[in-house]
Amino acid sequence: MSTPITLETTDVELVCLAKAGDLDAFEALTSRYEQRVYGLAMRMLRQEQDAEDVTQQTFLSVLENLEGFRGDASFSTWVLRIASHAALKIIRKRKGLNTISLEEATEPSDNFNSIPHPEFIADWRQSPEHLVEQNEIRRLLDDSLTRLDEKHRLVFLLRDVEGLSVRETAEALDLSEGNVKVRLLRARLQLREDLTRVLGDPGRQLVRSHHHHE
Amino acid sequence: MKCEELLAMLNEYVDGSVDPAICEEFEKHMAGCNPCQVVVDNIRQTITLYKDGQPYAMPLQFRERMRDTLRRKWKEKHPNR
Repeated sequence: MSTPITLETTDVELVCLAKAGDLDAFEALTSRYEQRVYGLAMRMLRQEQDAEDVTQQTFLSVLENLEGFRGDASFSTWVLRIASHAALKIIRKRKGLNTISLEEATEPSDNFNSIPHPEFIADWRQSPEHLVEQNEIRRLLDDSLTRLDEKHRLVFLLRDVEGLSVRETAEALDLSEGNVKVRLLRARLQLREDLTRVLGDPGRQLVRSHHHHE
Repeated sequence: MKCEELLAMLNEYVDGSVDPAICEEFEKHMAGCNPCQVVVDNIRQTITLYKDGQPYAMPLQFRERMRDTLRRKWKEKHPNR
């Protein structure tokens, strides 16, 4: 009676099967996304126990709310949305804040005019392909990520690491696309700055000219 | 085009999704502005590092515990299956 589930079975098909009561399909969906959810949670929260809680809460929520999932957003956007909100809730709890929506927490200065310009500009000494192999790099990446405001970190993780589009990221976080773009730029520039200070070749440092180019 | 104006469009340039109507201006600026080129390269390298870096592996024990919890919940929800 059960439909064979393979790697080619699409999320849409799995969701359909799971809604109809197929546990294998639900578990297949979980298998597909649990690592990504856990990874996102770890990078947001830096604590294993919290990341586990977020992961479990996320899939419990998927289980509970699957009937109501209409599929207007993709399943991946939906899952990452749930995970994102769960992670933000923990961060706010850590800070001792009440639950505020991301919208209310947006500073008025969150526009392109207030974004700091790049300062340390230099080619990196090694390519990313070589760097990813090195253990010390992981530490550098994590520390830089942690220094970001969580609003910017989350947008970066969803858009650049998880590969959601700007629109999907906006949907997942209940933000406007404009807002997502500003936060994304802030994150990218700050990470670039931090990493380039360590990985950039000081011998080839460039200086931005202020009277440059009309 | 000044470096400051480029900044506001930096996301699109990095992603390769700049409106073709204004793309030409960008290319002209980029061709003559080494710092801007390097900044764009740095950003792309930064994204690659995070995207291709080792993910945090989910602990096996946790994975099994979660699977058991979810199965229990599922059976509560679907008692006839």
